[in-house]
Amino acid sequence: MAQRLVVVGNGMVGHRLVSAVRERDGAGRWQVEVFGEEARPAYDRVALTSYVDTWDEARLRLADHDSEVTVRLGDPVVAIDRNARTVTSRSGLVRGYDALALATGSYPFVPPIPGHDLPGCHVYRTIDDLDRIREAAGRLRVGRRAALVVGGGLLGLEAAKALRDMGLSPHVVELAPWLMPLQVDEGGGALLRRLVTSLDVTVHAGTGTQAVEQDGERLIAKLGNGTELDVDLVVFAAGVRPRDSLAVEAGLARGERGGVAVDATCRTSDPAVWAVGECACVEGRVYGLVAPGYAMAEVVADRLLGGSATFAEADTSTKLKLLGVDVASFGDAHARAEGALEVVVNDAVAGSYKKLVLSDDAATLLGGVLVGDASAYAALRPLVGRPVPGDPVGLLSGAVSAGALPADAQVCSCHAVTRAAVDGAIAQGCADVPALKACTKAGTGCGSCVPMLRQLLTEAGVEQSTALCEHFTQSRVELFEIVRSTGVATFSELVTRYGTGRGCDICKPAVASMLASLGGGHVLDGERAALQDTNDHFLANIQRNGTYSVVPRIPGGEITPEKLMVIAEVARDYNLYTKITGGQRIDLFGATVEALPAIWRRLVDAGFESGHAYGKALRTVKSCVGSTWCRYGVQDSVRMAIELELRYRGLRSPHKLKAGVSGCARECAEARSKDFGVIATEHGWNLYVGGNGGFTPRHAQLLVSDVDSETLVRLIDRFLMFYVRTADRLQRTAAWLEAMEGGLDHLREVVVEDSLGICADLEAAMARHVASYADEWRGVLEDQEKLARFTSFVNAPGTPDPTVSFREERGQRVPVLLGVPEVVGR
Amino acid sequence: MTEATTVCALADLIPDRGAAALLPSGEQVAVFRTGSGELFALSNIDPFSRAAVLSRGIVGDLRGVPVVASPMHKQHFALRTGECVEDPAVSVPVYPVRVESGRVVVEAR
Repeated sequence: MAQRLVVVGNGMVGHRLVSAVRERDGAGRWQVEVFGEEARPAYDRVALTSYVDTWDEARLRLADHDSEVTVRLGDPVVAIDRNARTVTSRSGLVRGYDALALATGSYPFVPPIPGHDLPGCHVYRTIDDLDRIREAAGRLRVGRRAALVVGGGLLGLEAAKALRDMGLSPHVVELAPWLMPLQVDEGGGALLRRLVTSLDVTVHAGTGTQAVEQDGERLIAKLGNGTELDVDLVVFAAGVRPRDSLAVEAGLARGERGGVAVDATCRTSDPAVWAVGECACVEGRVYGLVAPGYAMAEVVADRLLGGSATFAEADTSTKLKLLGVDVASFGDAHARAEGALEVVVNDAVAGSYKKLVLSDDAATLLGGVLVGDASAYAALRPLVGRPVPGDPVGLLSGAVSAGALPADAQVCSCHAVTRAAVDGAIAQGCADVPALKACTKAGTGCGSCVPMLRQLLTEAGVEQSTALCEHFTQSRVELFEIVRSTGVATFSELVTRYGTGRGCDICKPAVASMLASLGGGHVLDGERAALQDTNDHFLANIQRNGTYSVVPRIPGGEITPEKLMVIAEVARDYNLYTKITGGQRIDLFGATVEALPAIWRRLVDAGFESGHAYGKALRTVKSCVGSTWCRYGVQDSVRMAIELELRYRGLRSPHKLKAGVSGCARECAEARSKDFGVIATEHGWNLYVGGNGGFTPRHAQLLVSDVDSETLVRLIDRFLMFYVRTADRLQRTAAWLEAMEGGLDHLREVVVEDSLGICADLEAAMARHVASYADEWRGVLEDQEKLARFTSFVNAPGTPDPTVSFREERGQRVPVLLGVPEVVGR
Repeated sequence: MTEATTVCALADLIPDRGAAALLPSGEQVAVFRTGSGELFALSNIDPFSRAAVLSRGIVGDLRGVPVVASPMHKQHFALRTGECVEDPAVSVPVYPVRVESGRVVVEAR
């Protein structure tokens, strides 16, 4: 009969404990029941700030447990009876246990200053907290909207980022003389302050918040240095305290400064009760990071299944990106060891501060601090406590290679994966980073070791090909740069000079797309005609019986009755199956190749142009009806959608591009499921990027808020051109953004803040596209040579394909399927 | 003696692109002229989708072997043998093709 394990707490560590038990317990020794206080499934609290990007809690959710595990949400344990070995939940459930694991986490510390509990004062810990802050921010009226964050540590800066992303101007108050005093030293703190100040965060360091007072609908925060801040919201992020009251009431021993006291096996003073994560005080120390919590969960899971694991003092190294600024701290960051030596490179121009802490004989690496550029972290952290490999200043410039790592050094500290384990996985056939992640779990926590995994693969001689195909060793991005800088204008010249062979159905359309993105001319001019996939070759979409569909452009989905009648008449006269698309236009199916020119002659004469439904290009800009008609609309979304669609029509890109414009926050245009989506606000527009529907749906993320129309168009110009230049073949914007080092923050730096100095160039490239646009179908109709290609048979141009036949369904013509296939397509 | 059909002038074929031709028997043939000047003729029917579309595929080479990719689901067929690269058990018929006085002539199989 299985024993009963009750887990109190469904946070990240409680969740990990259950996963770790289930992974090890193939024999079914433990029956597991979890009680969680929050009503929602376990989620990634470390990534809480990113919730603001999408307000989609599903993106933070942790994997569900298997069906053997019972999880009770919104029903916390309120009492423990250790004699009876039972717990009682808030709803009154009583459950017996053979083993009880406490994973109650911590609660936010709110300093007991006057006014700390006024309306408008919040804490920053859970999704509910963020929802409350969002709701409060949404109620604020026009004007300067400001928020005060009490606490300038890791949590405080995360909160400041969330507030900034909600459109508020954050002030951060930190009692210590500099930000993040636990992780970085004074020099690093000074640079950090400079960097975050430039990001619209006002820092008040070396002073405390003494009181918060109500002033009408606003709050006045009084600081110790005499400053009075007029703000709309106050968020307390001044650290956390272990939630040990349940344990204390049950008579379990408590740590000196709080936390449930446990030994190195994570067992409390009662042998049947364990404690893990932020509520535990392991041999006198409470850890406020997730990695040590995970390590404790692993120890308890091991012990429950008869193992003998113990918890060693945890690595509290951290690397994170706060407000877009890289910060890393590892080992003895504050040089507390006797006689420790410090080597500092402080580059105020580049905006980076790097410090190594060495032993008194300069032989052993003890720790370090990196601010502004933490790229050396992945290589340096595993070397802590080991001989310094080479010149310390060289190490700081990132010159240390993965090859210098000893076999037992931890490459991934989140999952305690050593170099030997990674090398072993490579030897067993893992040939890329995703395979290593799946096999070893390395790189699946904070992700900071991913560059190191890449290096180890290279070190082991595994080639990670970015080659476009067998004809080009270059990636799409490299080829794009070659074409752009050399001005090579034909595929044959490109493959002769930079590739091998004659090309294929991968590289030919990819190069045709680049040539089209880079500069005018018709997509079917000269040699380019032979490069195009059939859809681009016939400027229509091939369907299952070899006929094509026709989609005229209807910008923004707005159409006059007269033009609607033209489409209807064309569809009737050519007997085309007619269907409304999801992109607010009309698709006409069943046109044979030789019928396409006549169909398009009628459409072009009536003022229609190609809708590029066939191309890896801008498709549509969907819109809601907007402020012209809608009683809720705050901006003219139709006008904006038409402007954007006409601006970017015909733009060839690595994959199709879809867009939407909504006239208010109700979002009827579903703009956040688009590659770029625009949502009207009272003051202008919010721009979201990187969304899509399809196989892997993605919500677009907020790039900028409340910009005017001119700024909006300029930013979309830059975003699209940057995507066209740097994405892989057939990589939608969501996947491109996901693969980008630095992600959305990096994208914002490049296209909003112009960190690479390329924005003028991107805008100029888009201006050339806009100026050179011409309708592709008109171009065909005006060129006899191009028209001549639209024939069924080269020796019988007027004869339609005899294998194509139709039947009727619901009053329209649909294809007759072409018999039973001889082979099954895969 | 097999029947031969003159389908078009050589100049009517775009290098590295196919064209469909209708034989008197009603069979459809995809005629290809590669960039290097070779001529090939295959059945126009894609055996995977059963649609008459192979003439509209992209012509290129895989490991030096000239191929056409079906525009429907991108399986490759060797232009010389008709064999499917992805599934050697599948192939499409090939037709003898030659140039006579600047005209492309396809023989029935």
